[in-house]
Amino acid sequence: MRAFWLILIFAVGGAIKIPAEQNLARQSQARAALSLGEKFREGALLASLSGLRALAANVLYIEAHVAWEQTQWARMLLLFRQVTALQPGVVLFWDTAAWHMAWNASAAALNDSREPRVALRVRRQREFIEIGRQFLVRGIELNPNQPQLHEALARLYRDKLHDHTGASDSFARAAALPGAAAYDERFSAYELSYCEGMEADAYERLRQLYQRGERERLPTLLARIHALEEKLGVPNADRVIR
Amino acid sequence: MRRISAIASTTFTELIRLKLFYAVCAIGLLLIGGSVFFARFSFQEEFQILKDISLGTITIFSSLLAIIATANLIPRDVEDRTAYAILAKAVPRKDYIIGKLLGAIGLIALSVLMMSALFFAILALRENAVLNALQQSPASSPQDMAATIATIHHAASWQLVAPATLMIFLRSAVIAALTLFVSTFATSNAFTIVVMMMVYLVAQLEPIAREYWLQARTAGVAARSFLALVAIAFPDLQALDFGDAVASGIVLAAPLILKAAMLALFYVVLYALLSIASFSGREL
Repeated sequence: MRAFWLILIFAVGGAIKIPAEQNLARQSQARAALSLGEKFREGALLASLSGLRALAANVLYIEAHVAWEQTQWARMLLLFRQVTALQPGVVLFWDTAAWHMAWNASAAALNDSREPRVALRVRRQREFIEIGRQFLVRGIELNPNQPQLHEALARLYRDKLHDHTGASDSFARAAALPGAAAYDERFSAYELSYCEGMEADAYERLRQLYQRGERERLPTLLARIHALEEKLGVPNADRVIR
Repeated sequence: MRRISAIASTTFTELIRLKLFYAVCAIGLLLIGGSVFFARFSFQEEFQILKDISLGTITIFSSLLAIIATANLIPRDVEDRTAYAILAKAVPRKDYIIGKLLGAIGLIALSVLMMSALFFAILALRENAVLNALQQSPASSPQDMAATIATIHHAASWQLVAPATLMIFLRSAVIAALTLFVSTFATSNAFTIVVMMMVYLVAQLEPIAREYWLQARTAGVAARSFLALVAIAFPDLQALDFGDAVASGIVLAAPLILKAAMLALFYVVLYALLSIASFSGREL
């Protein structure tokens, strides 16, 4: 009789709890976005240890910081991979990992005095930049509504890859999200103004920003409008900057 | 009702006199207090690490307390024959179980409250320190300054962290209910603790088992049956964990918290019912 009641309660309880758990799991964005395979990946057991996971991630983050101070790039990369695997929902970790790889490690690789061949140094630099980009792309996949990551990717495209189209798109995506910085929209238009064949679109967007008032009329905006007016051959009467 | 509250208050008083309670709370408080020395980065990193370490500490120590304190309740009463005396006085076994569980939950509430209070105090202290440092090296423009101050307030807001601590309490209450269920058929205190440590790990992996059971069509019958058993029998403790989200500054929506709290209460009721069913059929 005791066994019967236990099985009955388990069965009824299970039937009620599973849909409720599924519903709640769907709302946990970053965790839900991880593929089943990723959850099984190395470290998944540790990653599932709840309170320990946050502690472990932070200890590893501090270790990664020390690795950066000691310029141990490979170790730093390994640690950041573990940190972001342990806490995929923490934007700061993705952003910092990408910054260290694409800026610090890449610059160190380019200036590595132990490697006399410039071609190899440049190749290593590009590899680190690509690793940084991958951190941001993956971070965005798992946290699509965080403007900081889109903005960081835009900066990487602009400053490291000189890809103005990519930078413009990423700044625009950041600007469309709640909590985005006020300059994201402006920066998107600036970057578009450097794209070959997109000058007319960029000019239109810059004009719209200009028409919003004094607050938007910053020196770079005025300079970009002027440059595009020259390039597009806008008649004097229609120009914003005369 | 009076019987339940009498058993609950007696259990709570017994538990609070345990040295274990003071030891666990002291170590927890020490770790939370010490977390402030871990964090000497930019203020975003500092608050992130402070919240991560403190919430992690509260989670671990309240879970430990839930397991160790609850595991001992029934075996000790049976061993020193208190259970016989209580149950002989026309106290229904369900009242006895509910009273024991409520007493244990009271202890967990007290420990979470103490650790949370220290955590919030440290957050407030660090917020003041960071704001004072900012006043000494102000940002370039008043707008930038206002934006930075708003970001600091957001990062250090205890109101945003409070729902996560509430969920840690409910999560620990679920663990206590589950421990009580295991202790109703366990033969010793050590057995309950060891089983619960394993149950705790499996419950963390329950969402993976459930997802695989519901999604994967390629697994064999035996594997699917095993996964189904795990999904049905174990609670999803990850669904009740909001520490990561809160530490990274995400504002938890009230409906989400409400849903998670309802799920936690459901687990508590489910495992309490199982404890009653198991203990009612036990020969004493």
